[in-house]
Amino acid sequence: MEKILVLLHTVDGALPRAALEVLGLARRLGGEFDLAVLGAGAASAAQQASGGASKCLAVEGDAFSVSRYATDAAACEALIRASGAPLVLAPGTMRFHRALPGVAERLSAAIDTHVVSFTPDGVAGRWFYRQRIEATLRRQARPWVLLVEPGSEAPAEPAAGAAPEVLDVACDTRTAVEGQSAPLAGEQTIRPDAPLLFVAGAGWTKKQKDGAVHTDEAAGLILDFVRRTQCSLGSSKSLVDLSGEGQAVLPFLTHLHQVGQTGSSPRHRKGLATCCHGEEPHVVGWRFIQERRAVNLDPNCGWTRGKADVVYVADAFEVMRELLRLL
Amino acid sequence: MPFQIIVCGGLAPDPLQTLEPVFDPARPSLRNELMLPAVFDPWAAHALYEAGHLAKQHPGSTVRVVSLAPKAKLQQVMMTVAQKLPFELTALDGPGGGFVDAAATAAALAGAIAALPDLDYSRLLLFGGWESATRGAGVVMQRVAERLGIREQFLAVDELSVEADGSLLIKERIEGGLHQISRCASPPAMLAWATGSLPEPPNHPQTGMANMRVIMPALQKAAAANIEPAAEYASTALPSAIRHTRIVKDVPAAEIAREIAGWIRE
Repeated sequence: MEKILVLLHTVDGALPRAALEVLGLARRLGGEFDLAVLGAGAASAAQQASGGASKCLAVEGDAFSVSRYATDAAACEALIRASGAPLVLAPGTMRFHRALPGVAERLSAAIDTHVVSFTPDGVAGRWFYRQRIEATLRRQARPWVLLVEPGSEAPAEPAAGAAPEVLDVACDTRTAVEGQSAPLAGEQTIRPDAPLLFVAGAGWTKKQKDGAVHTDEAAGLILDFVRRTQCSLGSSKSLVDLSGEGQAVLPFLTHLHQVGQTGSSPRHRKGLATCCHGEEPHVVGWRFIQERRAVNLDPNCGWTRGKADVVYVADAFEVMRELLRLL
Repeated sequence: MPFQIIVCGGLAPDPLQTLEPVFDPARPSLRNELMLPAVFDPWAAHALYEAGHLAKQHPGSTVRVVSLAPKAKLQQVMMTVAQKLPFELTALDGPGGGFVDAAATAAALAGAIAALPDLDYSRLLLFGGWESATRGAGVVMQRVAERLGIREQFLAVDELSVEADGSLLIKERIEGGLHQISRCASPPAMLAWATGSLPEPPNHPQTGMANMRVIMPALQKAAAANIEPAAEYASTALPSAIRHTRIVKDVPAAEIAREIAGWIRE
């Protein structure tokens, strides 16, 4: 087993679950590994997790406390060079997704993202064509950076060890991070810790049995359900697509809710789709939903063709009204 | 300030098509890959619509599309895409599937961009999709930007606004359903787009005809891109999960609700 660099970043001064999952993978692989941490409170976080690491490195400071390409890339480049390990394992967070491909380019390294498995003999598994084809591959190029998909490994219990060597990294940038915002009119989107994904399909805003559109009632039923169950809320089609086609849209849905081909692929134990046809471009986003149920008026919809465990051929308005009485 | 906007985008199989992998350790592919109907890659398409919108807001701006794909398929797709908004095309004739090496693709695209005439980095915005619908790696745009020396990079962008002082206010998707807001003082910058906030523009045949007058010669001049494999594949397969769907119909809504409520509580 080649030497590994476990490259992590902090969130609010501590290592997030996705980071501990990568540490767990490195330990499971069983070879020698270095640990490097970037971000606010990196030195402290690194020391608390450096047990078993051959070398411990950190980059911290005001410039590196925010997620930004120029500073993150400079820090990651310095950390990878300082370690010299041929394999780099990192969590597939948005911060590293943004920074590490460019770092790979600087280092003439190979990089693979969305990695869901890695074996001691150097075979990585990942998905292609938006979760429609799975493949395993190996590479000769080194360094080889692998961004491990959150949720695909068990997290390690951090063990304290040696204090890190804190690297001094300089970087110029023209970008200032000004803060974060929730989407306007946004309702809860994907909550990684929720056991249930609820998907509101485009059918909620189509004409119903009485020939009229009932967008307000649909919005009330869906939001009531989401708030009572604390589930993740997804949509089958992007808001931009619906509005572009001149259709009514549920007022709280944003681009961030979209699940599927051009949206997210969340991981939840259960998923309930309503008023959604189960077309392939949407269902590819359900690849990691274990138990799937759907409510749809069409007995020939895509869900009935082996894509869901149970399909209820029924009016979602009626079912949701009854369901809310029970919850 | 007028911008030079360059949009990188490839092709993807029409998402309604059934995909079946054909295994080869060096060059895996899809069954009948060259016959599958293709679309302009969805996230790159969003980047293109945002580019067109930005160019309209800033007179004098130009939109150039740089694409690496099999030339014949690119020509078919351009017949539709060209009707959306005015742009020029630089085409590279090469493989465009999901198993094509990202680093080599980035090198080819960066080479084509660097060779564009009248490139002004002080006005340059490099656009693309944050991931493709084929490889889905989300690494090409960063690699292209690095090769061009662009160190201000943004991933999963949903919104760009140009402020009065010329700075770029950018919203990127981050975890937890949030956007991170950043201000970039000036171009050049790379923005890899998520869905953005614009609908797909309606087809405009006159725009299409005007575009095709420059796109067809560009396709004829498309240079061949030699993309060598860089990975050794051990397997390619369809996911093995098969579900035996139970269909419940002609059952009162109250009974269905009871079953769903019980399942949620399990």
